[in-house]
Amino acid sequence: MSTAAAPTITYKVPKRRHPVLQFMVQQPLGAGGLVVIVVMIVCALFAPWVAPYDPLTVNYSAMLAAPSTEHWLGTDSFGRDVLSRIIYGSRTALAIGFIASFWGSTVGAVIGVVSAYFGGKTDMVIQRIMDVLLSFPIIVLAITVVAVLGKNIVLGVDINLIIAIGLPMVPKVARVVRSSALAIRELPYVDAARAAGYSHARIIFRHIAPNVVAPYLIMITAFVAQAILAEASLSFLGLGVTEPTPSWGLMLSGADAGFYQQAPWMIVFPGVAISLAVFAFNMFGDSLRDWLDPKIKL
Amino acid sequence: MKKLQLLLMAATVMVANGAVGAETPRAGGVLKFAVSAEPPNYDCHANTSFAFIHPVRPHYNTLIQFDTAKYPAIKGDLAESWNVSKDGLTYTFKLRKGVKFHDGSNLTSQDVKATYERLRDAPGGVRSVRQATYADIAAIETPDPLTVVFKLKKQNASMLTNFASPWDCIYSAAKLKQDPRFPERNIMGTGPFVFVEHVAGSHWTGRKFDGYFEKGKPYLNGFLAIFIGGAPMVTALSAGEVVAEFRGHSPADRDRIMKALGDRAVVQETPWVCSLVVTFNTKKKPFDDARVRRALSLAIDRWSGAQALSKVALVRHVGGILRPGYELAASEKELLTYPGFAKDINASRAEARKLLQEAGQPNLTFTLTNRNVAMPYTPVGVFLIDQWRQIGLNVKHEQLETRLYLAAQQRDNPTFDAALDFNCDFMDEPNLQLQKYLSHDRAAINYAQQTDRVLDGLFDKQSGELDKKKRYAILRDFEKRALEQAYTIPTIWWHRIIVHHKHMKGWYNTPSHYVGQDLANVWLDQ
Repeated sequence: MSTAAAPTITYKVPKRRHPVLQFMVQQPLGAGGLVVIVVMIVCALFAPWVAPYDPLTVNYSAMLAAPSTEHWLGTDSFGRDVLSRIIYGSRTALAIGFIASFWGSTVGAVIGVVSAYFGGKTDMVIQRIMDVLLSFPIIVLAITVVAVLGKNIVLGVDINLIIAIGLPMVPKVARVVRSSALAIRELPYVDAARAAGYSHARIIFRHIAPNVVAPYLIMITAFVAQAILAEASLSFLGLGVTEPTPSWGLMLSGADAGFYQQAPWMIVFPGVAISLAVFAFNMFGDSLRDWLDPKIKL
Repeated sequence: MKKLQLLLMAATVMVANGAVGAETPRAGGVLKFAVSAEPPNYDCHANTSFAFIHPVRPHYNTLIQFDTAKYPAIKGDLAESWNVSKDGLTYTFKLRKGVKFHDGSNLTSQDVKATYERLRDAPGGVRSVRQATYADIAAIETPDPLTVVFKLKKQNASMLTNFASPWDCIYSAAKLKQDPRFPERNIMGTGPFVFVEHVAGSHWTGRKFDGYFEKGKPYLNGFLAIFIGGAPMVTALSAGEVVAEFRGHSPADRDRIMKALGDRAVVQETPWVCSLVVTFNTKKKPFDDARVRRALSLAIDRWSGAQALSKVALVRHVGGILRPGYELAASEKELLTYPGFAKDINASRAEARKLLQEAGQPNLTFTLTNRNVAMPYTPVGVFLIDQWRQIGLNVKHEQLETRLYLAAQQRDNPTFDAALDFNCDFMDEPNLQLQKYLSHDRAAINYAQQTDRVLDGLFDKQSGELDKKKRYAILRDFEKRALEQAYTIPTIWWHRIIVHHKHMKGWYNTPSHYVGQDLANVWLDQ
């Protein structure tokens, strides 16, 4: 009697790509956005080496000079190099964008988790407050906050401006995070944690919060674009960054606004920089959401 | 561009020939004009900005006023006649009959007396920034309801023209008796227009006062002052949403508006009794040190700056504490001897660095407090910061909304380091322009907070000197000390450019943006 050998089954384990590479292949638009963001960050970090001129140096012999080999993007009404101011302006945009987005999203996430965890009257009160904040358009709420708080410069950054830009993000993140946390609250391990006698703070921050990190990260990325736009808008309205600090929004207004017909390069290039940055962050944020969301992958 | 220049010339010539004013006024219409900032409160006696005078002045009258068509000539307003005694110590004004306040009450000499008492010696809680102007008044008498007599302690070279100040709105004595702070929140005058409403952030409106004492005036049915500034204001003017803005435009804005309006625009230009000055907070270190203040003045290349900035901003002229070109101002030769006015900027900056080194402040960091009115505050602020960077200083820039900007300088214990302040007056007159440089206890508009009795003494000496040559010499001593001590330093003097729609008539540009704003003579031809 002969026995047949069991067939050998070989499993081919797919070679796993590096996550960044995987993201770039699966999300080409997001990858494009990421490249722009990385370029912006490099420009911001290494501005003194990248920029051809000091962005603050006034040169009255080169006032309103058109783009040339000497000044690639021309000069403004003070003879300052537009390219250098755009490069340095990325510092302002990214610093305010990231910090405002981080604080707005973080506070929003904490509120969202707390609201979902406690439920009942706590949830009702918190959500009504969020409703009130949501009823204001972002820029109107930011203008109100800036007008009420004024300026408060700490380490060269206007803290009140950051508060103003981040505040409208709080209710939006709170809403999204609350909906995720509501589902997690009902899971057995949360009940187990309660039964084990853990404190509310421990359950919220150790057991629920880590599970809402994905939407939180996506919201941060998406809101950086909004924050950059809000900073530019507020500076344009004279409520944000002040001269001579390089800021894209300020370059569209400020002392230069009167010359846009005579020297259009003064507003065209900062405008392009704002659009490109907002587009890049939006693309990256959208792609990141698609990439991290298993439902969309299916 | 050539076409535009021809257009500009034609418009200027037209105004110079008086063609605009030769027509018969037409009644009716509402004048819409722009104001690029808002008044912080409603009290004439406490204010100093165009943001206040442009919307508020049409509601009030003064004793006498400037005849803007013949500036600096003066003419009666509430006073129909006046005389000055031979010794120059008694000023008698005869008031017009039948002048009524907007609430229907009659104007009497008591109202004039109460107004000037408030101006020269403000009661507790009331702010009068013109106390120094009227410090020489010893007594105010009212022999009858239509006569008011001012008795002076000593001769004062500028007293008569002081009475033409557009800031000296005559208030109701009855209202002041009820509440000395009544004018801060209420508008109630005898002027050609009655107050209708002030919507913060939007507009201010007035309607024709039917009981106005000058029959047939005002010509307009009302006015609408729209609070709008910067590029939107230029667009509104170009599009005909507003017919004028009475403060002044930059050369670029002028060209843009002229290009948009073509032959529908009129341009009027004149030197301006207005300059931006840097005020140092002398109560705060290191600005209590004259070497630091002088170094900051020495670092500024005013000559090159004026030339360059005149192309992009409404500043043009280099001068000391008095407007260049004014008969009592320093000549260029004299100016060059003052610190910060030499043409060899490298030598001046070397001296500045040396002074800062001696004062232990070679890498000084401070904040320049500025106003968020773009023109000319922003370009001059940027210019100054650049000048100070060139001697190794690190200067931060904060631009505040008008109310906060004024509050930052005017509060009792100010915390600002240096502020870009304005020194604008309704006429060329040392008694006015020098007040920024007087001790703080004598002039509330000196925000540098210093006490300098030498300057006070020189001020009093020139003020009482009726001989122009002698006064000129005293003024040079004053100027030399003021610029050496540098509590407050002049930067660049302004140049006033007004572009308005052709159908607005009866308004004349003067070297002051404060006078001629009661709108009683303004009319629209369509």
